[in-house]
Amino acid sequence: MNKRSLWSGPYILWMIGFTVIPFCMILHYALTDRDGAFTFRNLLAMFEPVHLKAMTVSVEVAFFCTVICILLAYPLVIAMKRLGLFGKSYTILVLILPMWINFILRLLALQMILSNNGVLNHIFSILGLPPHELANTRTAMMIGIVYDYLPYMIVSIYNSVADIDDDIIEAARDLGAGSLTVFFRIILPLSVPGLLSGIVMVFVPSMTSFVTANIMAGGKIQLIGNIIEQEFITTMDWHLGSGLSVILMIFVLLSMAFTSRNDPDYGMSKIW
Amino acid sequence: MKKKFVVVVFMVLLMSSCLMCGCNKADENSITVFNYGMYMDPEVLKIFEEETGIKVKYEEAPTPEELYTKYKSGAVKYDVLCTSEYMLQRLINEGELQEVDFSTLKNRDNIGDEYFDMCKSFDPDNKYVMPYFWGTVGILYDKEKVHGDVDTWDVLFNGEYAGEFIMQNSMRDAYMVALKQLGYSINTTNEAELREAQELLIDQKPDVQSYLVDEVKDELVAGNATLGVVYSGEGYYAGEEREGLVYCIPREGTNLWIDCFGVTKDCKNVDNAMKFLDYLCREDCAKINFDYVKYASPYLSVIETMTDKEKASSAINPSKEIINNCEIYVQLPQETTDLLNALWKELKAE
Repeated sequence: MNKRSLWSGPYILWMIGFTVIPFCMILHYALTDRDGAFTFRNLLAMFEPVHLKAMTVSVEVAFFCTVICILLAYPLVIAMKRLGLFGKSYTILVLILPMWINFILRLLALQMILSNNGVLNHIFSILGLPPHELANTRTAMMIGIVYDYLPYMIVSIYNSVADIDDDIIEAARDLGAGSLTVFFRIILPLSVPGLLSGIVMVFVPSMTSFVTANIMAGGKIQLIGNIIEQEFITTMDWHLGSGLSVILMIFVLLSMAFTSRNDPDYGMSKIW
Repeated sequence: MKKKFVVVVFMVLLMSSCLMCGCNKADENSITVFNYGMYMDPEVLKIFEEETGIKVKYEEAPTPEELYTKYKSGAVKYDVLCTSEYMLQRLINEGELQEVDFSTLKNRDNIGDEYFDMCKSFDPDNKYVMPYFWGTVGILYDKEKVHGDVDTWDVLFNGEYAGEFIMQNSMRDAYMVALKQLGYSINTTNEAELREAQELLIDQKPDVQSYLVDEVKDELVAGNATLGVVYSGEGYYAGEEREGLVYCIPREGTNLWIDCFGVTKDCKNVDNAMKFLDYLCREDCAKINFDYVKYASPYLSVIETMTDKEKASSAINPSKEIINNCEIYVQLPQETTDLLNALWKELKAE
């Protein structure tokens, strides 16, 4: 027992109290029914049509949100690489600044902007464009999710791209590579670790962001997170809620295992 | 090794002492109150604390179901709680409320007897709950945007206002609307009737702008929607906030609800709890709460001093005929509740 492991004491206690014990409780609930008898029914319930449907919608939404985040993040990151030190830290600050405000407040603001009588439609009418009924749609929900998680994607990719030696890019240019070739043959392959950790950080929370679904989609779309929330809060079927959570956890762990297998050092050095 | 042991013991002590002071405080001269959100003027709590010296710990929940879940989890021991009739019925059946004698309240005579009678459907001997507020569920609409009068649930189903109306995002209220539209009882346990209501709601879903709870009124005030299903008090408030917003009770009838306070079985200091209930029906406190909440009040002093505008409002002062056309929720048997939960999940996933 050296001194260093002593210092991890508080964290270990924290983990036991807030991760290990709750997880055991969830597992216990998931494997029992209302009378306390052992059952697999709560786990298998994921394959009921209602739950499968919500799961499919969740995966779809999470997939498209992740793709949009990647498409938005790369151009910005490449532009950032060319900036000076001041420009870089300034951009990062602007990116992280909104995260100092609670995300529910930001979503409520976004909801007002997108609402039928909101700022966006007001601007449209000034420009003589027809109004858009974006509020309470899947599009609005995805805007909310992308808005929430984009910074994680940008920062993860940026960490990898910033590590790429400028000499390599210059060498490629010397040998006659155009911008596209440089991107696809150098920047993209070398930033895969950051990209993968970005995908994990965006895809996984997108799938379960039930608050975003409630606020932005007006209660019309059920992600798997909404169903679990409903089981716990309204229906009071904690057993079914736990069963679905366990299956969701397995799904998430599988997808993380898949991405981190290719990712030796997770590229989390520069900012976090 | 020894050092590590000391650190761990120290931390366990630290954590348990934090937990302990949480428990100890509850035993002192205090009372823990559980209520819906925005359902009591903080001023009343202040008056009560100042005059009696009893400290009030006040907790809120948005819906009856969430209130029940939070109560049942047992994390906090509540002394008195306020919820709606069908949830009170469930709590009474489960033995969660204790019998009290409301005739010992100094201000008992300020509570209209007919409101204790309303409670008899779930509390036959009036020994568990004290009426707090009551009201109806109806349609709030924007007079300038609707075509003609609104006095029926049908406007929410006939496609006339597609994309312009808001439904309640709470299970029983959503099915109540459909069941009334079909002419069935809101307490039906008939599976065929519920499935018919489900079909109606599924057909309606593409036309629904959103399913909300407390924000329905705000969306109408902001002009984002034309009609919305709301509770009567919100209906009155919306009319105050913006002219042209009108609350109506559809002619097919609706849900009549009554929210009451009860004393929980865990309450140690019943005297304090009763003192608190007594304050709620004292003339001045009842008035402050009424002005804050604007639902129909069961307290005679409030009813007598209402303004003409309040008296004329069907939200605050519905006529006897309207009341007779309404139904009070009763707690459904477990199998019907399970069916409703499944149907609701299916509807929302559609």
